[in-house]
Amino acid sequence: MKTTSLKIFYIFFILLFLYIPIITLIIYSFNDATYSTVWSGFTLKWYRHLAENDQLINAALNSLIVAILSSTIAVFLGTITSVALYRYSFYWKKFLYYLIFIVLMSPDIVMGISWLMLFSFFNLDLGFLTLLLSHIAFSFPFVAIVIYSRLRGLDKYIVEAAYDLGAGDFIIFRYIIFPSILPAVITSWLLSFTLSMDDVLVSFFVAGPTFDILPLRIYSMVKLGVKPDINALSAIIFLFTIIIVVITQLISWDKKRG
Amino acid sequence: MKILSFKYFSIALASVWLIIFTLFPNFFILIVSFLERDEINFIKPVATLDNFKTLADPIFLSIFIKSLYLSSVTTLLCLILSYPFVLITSKFTENMKKILLLLVIIPFWTSSLIRTYALITILKANGVINSLLISLHIIDAPMNILYTDVAVFIGLTYTLLPFMIIPLFVSVDNIDYQLIEAAYDLGAGKIRTLYSIIIPLTLPGIIAGCVLVFLPSLGLFYIPDILGGSKSMLIGNLIKNQFLITMNWPLGSSISILLNLVLGILLFIYYKSLRRLNKIVTD
Repeated sequence: MKTTSLKIFYIFFILLFLYIPIITLIIYSFNDATYSTVWSGFTLKWYRHLAENDQLINAALNSLIVAILSSTIAVFLGTITSVALYRYSFYWKKFLYYLIFIVLMSPDIVMGISWLMLFSFFNLDLGFLTLLLSHIAFSFPFVAIVIYSRLRGLDKYIVEAAYDLGAGDFIIFRYIIFPSILPAVITSWLLSFTLSMDDVLVSFFVAGPTFDILPLRIYSMVKLGVKPDINALSAIIFLFTIIIVVITQLISWDKKRG
Repeated sequence: MKILSFKYFSIALASVWLIIFTLFPNFFILIVSFLERDEINFIKPVATLDNFKTLADPIFLSIFIKSLYLSSVTTLLCLILSYPFVLITSKFTENMKKILLLLVIIPFWTSSLIRTYALITILKANGVINSLLISLHIIDAPMNILYTDVAVFIGLTYTLLPFMIIPLFVSVDNIDYQLIEAAYDLGAGKIRTLYSIIIPLTLPGIIAGCVLVFLPSLGLFYIPDILGGSKSMLIGNLIKNQFLITMNWPLGSSISILLNLVLGILLFIYYKSLRRLNKIVTD
């Protein structure tokens, strides 16, 4: 039918719109020309250039360190918070919900400046520590939401049965709650990791001049002019992302089936 | 009994963290927006309403209007592109839907900065689009797209499209298909069904998508910076400049308050539309 093919075409059009820029980048990362977009033959020299670019590698390593540390700490904090919100009742509980909601909804740029002012109020020098704290702070509500919604699906009677059998809070957490939220813990770690790796808006304000991270380095490289090294770097990052997304999806599909 | 039980430890940890990193910073913005500027310490503890008065200045007003214009057009573009996409996918099999949704999400997980940079390669004078159109003899000379508003629209739409598709997808997926069949049985045509059944039922999704696109588009300063050649100023760029270039923290804070106000209004509209829909459904 004619309308069906039109519909399929439309779906393809949207997907093309989303993917053409990424595919172009990957293709050009193998193009043997510096400024031209004309194909001048296959080369791996941009990847070699990248391997020799110490500044860029250093920034990438810094980003990785911040992303791994911040997502680990955010997952730890978020898990404990969501368990507290799920298990206990206390009279400012609603207030904590609101605060989590505020971070979720606030525009990134507003969070960035608010943390900049917070750090300057406490006289903290901008750098690794302030970057780490902010990345934990913006990942934390996402972790709390993902794990909390997983906890709501948990059978309350299992926890009660454990209580009746004499298990303490920690035993219940270690043997009942933690195993059942493990998929959500892994998903939220990966989510925090990508949030941290991608963030420009918050890092822009709290990173300071001395601690170089990848998004900010790319930003200044892009502003100075396009170089094919970035194509190579982007291709590598994109590959990484796809691997992470596929792992996350496999985990969440497994969760739904189980 | 243990002195530090898990219960008190967990509640205390969550409360302290949220108070320091959410309550305090938001308080700071509010307070600083009512203070005077200081050359050395950024802020002087003197109360004033000047920052908010400055916002009414024609220069700022024109930036706000331009910014609202760019963001509104972006939101509309995202909606127009996403709605047919979501309606078409709603007819597909469950597995196909999952795969398509995954394909939409993958770019959203990739650094938006890198994707914005990728757009330069496509839009520039000797870029992909121009080379293609010239080689097909559709145009003779390269079009100037990069460093114009059009490039900013493309960049913002490209980056924020998944934020529109996902809430729309969820709300279209939740439609009771029997309602649509009932409309057809009662003699409604395709357009009438879309207009009187599908759109009203997906209104919360539409509004959620619009909020999720509109708000970030106001703050994403690096997209107009990179694609618009800093010519199109957005509220985001304005806030950034107050904090990092002109060092006027009180003014920057008051602009942020304005941004939060817009957020509040949008959330209120969303909440109202949900209430209205629930009323219509239960009536």
